[in-house]
Amino acid sequence: MPVPLTLTINGRQTTVAVEPRTLLVHFLREQLGLTGTHVGCDTSQCGACVVHVDGRSVKSCTMLAVQADGSAVTTIEGLGDGDLHPMQRAFNQHHGLQCGFCTPGMVMSGLDIVARHAAPSEDDIRDGLEGNFCRCTGYTNIIKSVHAGAQAMRGGQP
Amino acid sequence: MTDATKTGIGARLTRLEDKRFLMGRGRYTDDISRPGQLYAHFIRSPYASARIKGIAVDRAAAVPGVVAVLTGAQMAADGVGGLPCGWLVTGKGGVAMKEPPHPPLAYERVRYVGDAIAVVLAESRDAAKDGAEAVDVDFEELPAVAAIAAALANGAPLVHDDVPGNLCYDWDLGDKAAVDAAFAKAAHVTRLGLVNNRLIPNAIEPRAALAEYDAVTDGYTLYTSSQNPHVIRLLICAFVLHLPEHKVRVVAPDVGGGFGSKIFHYAEEAVVTWAARKVGRPVKWTAERSESFLTDAHGRDHVTEAELALDGNGRFLALRVKTLANMGAYLSTFASSVPTYLYATLLAGQYTTPAIYCEVKAVFTNTTPVDAYRGAGRPEATYLVERIVEKSARELGIDRAELRRRNFIKPDQFPYQTPVALTYDTGNYEAHLDRALELADYRGFAQRRQDSERRGKRRGIGMSCYIEACGLAPSAVAGALGARAGLYEAAEIRFNPTGSVTVFTGSHSHGQGHETTFAQVVSDRLGVPIDSIEIVHGDTGRIPFGMGTYGSRSLAVGGSAIVRAADKIVAKGKKIAAHLMEAADDDIEFSHGQFRVAGTDKVLPMAAIAFQAYVPHNFPHDKLEPGLDESAFYDPANFTFPSGTYICEVEVDPDTGAATVDRFTAVDDFGTIVNPMIVEGQVEGGIAQGIGQALVEGCVYSADGQLVTGTFMDYAMPRADHIPNYRFDFTKTPCTHNPLGAKGCGEAGAIGSPPAVINAVLDALAPLGVDDIAMPATPLAVWQAIQAARPAKAAE
Repeated sequence: MPVPLTLTINGRQTTVAVEPRTLLVHFLREQLGLTGTHVGCDTSQCGACVVHVDGRSVKSCTMLAVQADGSAVTTIEGLGDGDLHPMQRAFNQHHGLQCGFCTPGMVMSGLDIVARHAAPSEDDIRDGLEGNFCRCTGYTNIIKSVHAGAQAMRGGQP
Repeated sequence: MTDATKTGIGARLTRLEDKRFLMGRGRYTDDISRPGQLYAHFIRSPYASARIKGIAVDRAAAVPGVVAVLTGAQMAADGVGGLPCGWLVTGKGGVAMKEPPHPPLAYERVRYVGDAIAVVLAESRDAAKDGAEAVDVDFEELPAVAAIAAALANGAPLVHDDVPGNLCYDWDLGDKAAVDAAFAKAAHVTRLGLVNNRLIPNAIEPRAALAEYDAVTDGYTLYTSSQNPHVIRLLICAFVLHLPEHKVRVVAPDVGGGFGSKIFHYAEEAVVTWAARKVGRPVKWTAERSESFLTDAHGRDHVTEAELALDGNGRFLALRVKTLANMGAYLSTFASSVPTYLYATLLAGQYTTPAIYCEVKAVFTNTTPVDAYRGAGRPEATYLVERIVEKSARELGIDRAELRRRNFIKPDQFPYQTPVALTYDTGNYEAHLDRALELADYRGFAQRRQDSERRGKRRGIGMSCYIEACGLAPSAVAGALGARAGLYEAAEIRFNPTGSVTVFTGSHSHGQGHETTFAQVVSDRLGVPIDSIEIVHGDTGRIPFGMGTYGSRSLAVGGSAIVRAADKIVAKGKKIAAHLMEAADDDIEFSHGQFRVAGTDKVLPMAAIAFQAYVPHNFPHDKLEPGLDESAFYDPANFTFPSGTYICEVEVDPDTGAATVDRFTAVDDFGTIVNPMIVEGQVEGGIAQGIGQALVEGCVYSADGQLVTGTFMDYAMPRADHIPNYRFDFTKTPCTHNPLGAKGCGEAGAIGSPPAVINAVLDALAPLGVDDIAMPATPLAVWQAIQAARPAKAAE
């Protein structure tokens, strides 16, 4: 039986009914049409589904939608004000994406790294991306992108 | 007019396609939903080999939300054909390869864990899974063979009853007598046995397929995560579902990585298309990662014995190779070509080895089908050649770079006919060797090794000088070698009346950045501003029939097709300009987007020509057609031959066995480079996959055919902290036979890097008495090798 759920998605409060066994990622993708959050595995390894729940990065495949009741969820679609967020722009400037599938998770994890380290070192970034797989880039440009995104968020140029 | 230095060929232009991906607005197959769609869940074999004695679906059909359960028997009854193989290999004595049937849904026998048997269609994903739990399959388990040696053993269980000895083919290439004669007079012979470890591709987007049938038009639309939608349409129509192509539209929208694994026509594509008509509703399937592990075609899996004969001066006299290649349970689309025409033909490497003989036995096993994975045959060849060359250098006490240099094909020897069928068009191998030695600070290695040893670590350096054959493929050559298709590419350039351009390409981008690179080519050739160019790919309803993207062919073949179409646009534009400016056709010059009457100041820009082409009030009907829309098919005259030198430095902790890549230098010759930023990204990604193969990745089956490495918890993927920062450069000898001079860059990294890494690990371990290690050289494997060498070392 569907149960009611009230939460704030990308700044907008929503009340919906959801099957109790629905994962947060499937709720976002299929009930809300927010398909920027991706599913790349079934063991919580790949990180393509990373979103922010109350400011903390979460693999949305490991959380039931009902567990987000009352929370504020930010997805890749909620970044920037109609244009690219500095972290997103840094990925473009530094060729931090190829096929784009891991990218939303990488950007959300990159922002989580910045939330924990305003000026992250290369090692901070490598450690912080441990839970995100990319098969295309070899990570080098993603690391550069997060570094540049952090710098831009501190007011520098990406 | 466009500023070509910022947007043309050679410009580091940031990618035009990035914004949608960065904003979460990419459109991958699973992002697409159709009204009324059902969700498919496949019932798969839990056994590597079994007879299907019965399938009971009644309980499943009664599960709430389940709409239908369809089986292989129903597919067979509907006359659905098997999944075809696109390459006929003819073995020794003219014996054709064995090509057993590959039904999309198995109905009498299952032959690997993951072989699909039935499909449950339901209103939701969860209902489909609930239904799948209630399908009862009565299996009679049969003995299975997972490893090549087991499959070739006397009396081994047969994967297919009508394939004796599990032997798909026994093939050879080269002059055996010449090789035997060379070995008879050799001053030194280096012997090497090696395994090229089986890999699981793991594109981060799992495969997905969504099919829809329209009873009014009798037409189908299939969305699928594919590298070549037209090829999928051709195979599904001509061989599997027997449908007319004009009734089937195949769309490969944004695709989240392929690496070869999304070239092939897979069972699920055929099943959802067939089922959509059967039930009259759209049917969607998206692989769970566990299904990807079980059903995406795997890569590599060779077992090889090789011998290199050298004369007293360290010159290579001959190479003799025996390879066993695992095909898995069925022949995937290009499986048969990988260990033959994409492998044995590359065994000359960058060297003048005058005689080469290679024998390949392809073997069926009860495992997932094996097919092309980034590099496909060429990494296996490079791994063999560059390991045995480095081993020879060590045995003879010759510097590894010097031994290679001594045997290189020299720049004045091109075009160079190898003893294994290929003619290299151009190259300069010393140029990238020298540059790599400089960038890697090869001379400073001894000091760095001392520094490591002072810290209790072992440091090693290894090299790899790779060559690959890309730009697949000259159709005549491919056809002579058994390809059942031509491997040209198609392009269309359509000007819109106000001067913007839509380019349709048969190539497919799943991370390569074609929307940027191809736009740069068109902008450069036609002088059109980059933001006025749109690249369309991936939809058979829009693009001309093309062969898609694999084998590093998109720029060399697909880009060349675009150039040919652009040349036709210029030719037509000159006629229009001549008419409008009242000059002779031959007097019109075109450059930088301007048509000029030679020697005058009479000029018309491209946009004006395009506009006049669509508003042709006074065109002479007998001489000039309206419109500015040209297409071309480009069939390459030869393969392209990218080459390069990679140098790897590792540091090994002898206490833990952990090998860390500390430095990696890559110098590649890709001919003309359109966008260096994108090319560096391709190389970086390829090297990461190569480091993955060398140090962490490896697919493991149990003896009875269970996939032990079936999740990301068990199969190690390279992560952000495994990968070093690279040193890069490029040398350039443009391809001589395509209009761009481009060679292709997509696979080089994955081809060149594994031997460089393993050579470095062995160099680090040599003082400890270790002389061989298998991939992946995990900390456990390295530590065990060190321990195993200890008694021998102590006895010295």
